[in-house]
Amino acid sequence: MQLGFLLEQVVNGLVLGGYYLLIALGLSLIFSVGGVVNLAHGAFYAFGAYASVEITKYLGFGPAVVLSPIAVAMLGILFERFLLRRFYTADPILSLLVTFGLAMIAEQLIRIVWGAAPLSATIPPSLKGSVIVGDFLFSRYRLLLLAVVAVVLAGVWLLLHKTSFGRVIRAGIQRPDMVAALGIRLQPYMTAIVMLGVGMAAMGGAFFAPITIVHPAMGAEIITIAFVVVVIGGLGSFWGVVIAALLVGVVRGVTIHFAPAAGEASIYILMFLVLLVRPRGLLGERIEKFE
Amino acid sequence: MTSTSRRRLLKAGAALAGVSALGFPAIVRGQTDKIKIGHLTPLTGFLGALGGYAQLGIRMAEDEINKGGGVMGRQLDITSEDSVNPATAATKAQRMLEQDGVAVLMGEINSASALTIMQVAARNKRFFMQIGARSDALRGKSCNRYTFHVDIPSAVMVNAVGKALVRDNMMKDKRFYTLTADYIFGHDLARSAKMFLDANGGKLIADELVATDVTDFSPYLLKIRQAKPDIVCSNLAGNQVTNLIKQYAEFGLPYPIVGFNLNTADAWAAGEGNLSGTWPTVWYHTLDVPVSKAFVANFIKKHNKPPENHAWIEYVSLKMMAQAMNETKSTDTDKLIAYFEKETQFDALKGRKAYFRNWDHQLMQEAYPFTVRAKGKAKDQWDFLELGQAVPGPNESLEVLALTKEQNPCSM
Repeated sequence: MQLGFLLEQVVNGLVLGGYYLLIALGLSLIFSVGGVVNLAHGAFYAFGAYASVEITKYLGFGPAVVLSPIAVAMLGILFERFLLRRFYTADPILSLLVTFGLAMIAEQLIRIVWGAAPLSATIPPSLKGSVIVGDFLFSRYRLLLLAVVAVVLAGVWLLLHKTSFGRVIRAGIQRPDMVAALGIRLQPYMTAIVMLGVGMAAMGGAFFAPITIVHPAMGAEIITIAFVVVVIGGLGSFWGVVIAALLVGVVRGVTIHFAPAAGEASIYILMFLVLLVRPRGLLGERIEKFE
Repeated sequence: MTSTSRRRLLKAGAALAGVSALGFPAIVRGQTDKIKIGHLTPLTGFLGALGGYAQLGIRMAEDEINKGGGVMGRQLDITSEDSVNPATAATKAQRMLEQDGVAVLMGEINSASALTIMQVAARNKRFFMQIGARSDALRGKSCNRYTFHVDIPSAVMVNAVGKALVRDNMMKDKRFYTLTADYIFGHDLARSAKMFLDANGGKLIADELVATDVTDFSPYLLKIRQAKPDIVCSNLAGNQVTNLIKQYAEFGLPYPIVGFNLNTADAWAAGEGNLSGTWPTVWYHTLDVPVSKAFVANFIKKHNKPPENHAWIEYVSLKMMAQAMNETKSTDTDKLIAYFEKETQFDALKGRKAYFRNWDHQLMQEAYPFTVRAKGKAKDQWDFLELGQAVPGPNESLEVLALTKEQNPCSM
């Protein structure tokens, strides 16, 4: 029975990892292609949550989780065009400072517009409750979330590996100079990557708004975990991030099963151990420009 | 494109971790001179939403007092800042006393930060009105002569809800599964809860510590289902309660859920239909007392939303402080302490007047258990709590729910 309980935690951890993935994958892509650690990534997650709460009021939950990521992706265009673009070739400390500053501005902006008090959001009644599959308990809502993550993940994988767009991106990660020599400007691709990345973060926010608290600091809360996932997974690796996200979810769940007080610390210990053994992360490739 | 190294990324990570530990401080300053009051409250982190209401409350009292001619003919000037964390809270409190020249310190919601500010107050021999932190230890073994406590302590919350549970046959021989916030306040609450269960025949089958930055409760919910308790009980704080309630409703577990601590802002944020069970509160805006209703109406006129219990408590706290300064014609620490220790009666906008008990400096006041209104019964999104009868009852001493001298290790 004990083993069954543990297995249930593992499966639940995988589901949670899928959700971390929505935020971490964009962070990883933006860094891999642009060389910018986007500390404002959490802000887009928060915007996604707030936008979905607002849209839900008028159009309902379904349209909200579709429209909110699209709206935030548009915001991503402005972010890339007017801010991020200036920092691809600059000292990375500058882009860190700028995106960190932006994260603070975004948090205060949310406080000014919506107030410090959290917003109320709730799951549509039809998605409440849980289903029991075999011996495992699943929340209906998280099963839906898992399906959405799987579709998004498949979409991103196909985009990166089966399209000419993806070929340029992957080449750009490894050898931007060669891509430039072939007469391809990476900038429009970068805009698309930022749109995709922050859009996914916003989708995470939109889907998590009904089950966690929607408050101004929610972006700062999620960015730390997303960052840990990226570091564990390794840069430039699609599957590295996927595996890391799932691993973080599982390790946290299993730790809470045995030692609840250590649940949040466990993911940092995991990061520490992984970096000790594999300084590039689990599947991190050797990327010349980052060495 | 650039020559970043992985090391830089790791450094960035370290910087990020450091910064997130500090939080994003939000600073709101008052103007200069007059009677200065230093106010600290968490504006960020898991209690930030409550601190937002706290500021609105104390500002409203400040406005009213100043428009009415101030205190001893002098205007009040409140400097209010984000207390961030216990270490920062202490640093800021010291700076307010030393450099800003504040007469007294007020505020706080976080019990751990309140404790460090209390130490600063004692070291500097200055007055601290500790308004919103509820840990028993603050008015118990850590109590000091310079600090007065306004909000109800954990023991009172446990007793208020516990008595309602006993009445509803939800105590004797019931198996309780508790979740406890992993810091001083949660530990205190869990201790009080355990004492109450032991004394009234409840069985504690598990108590899990939950870090204050936990946002996902799903692993805990699975453990609860595996343990099959009769009642799930929350000893959590701030944001944690909202997240638990939302996810408890998400998973739809069949066990009734109750809790020994909930602030109305956190209940409002849970969303309609998610909250259930019996919880304690120190005040609610639907309270049927004329002075309270007038306060609520003024607050709504000003802020377009009803006041939360932290707005109310800050409002009455500053009013009490102004009354004390007016009556003693002084901002002197010893005179203020003597005034409050006389067990002077104050209007706390409740059915009965309140007073600070002289030996532990705890405000004795009414509290209320509440349940949740049936679906469709709420007038608006703020109105879904059904207040129970005030406790202690009208014929009882206000001290019956509080710890007695034998139970409370406070000595000044």
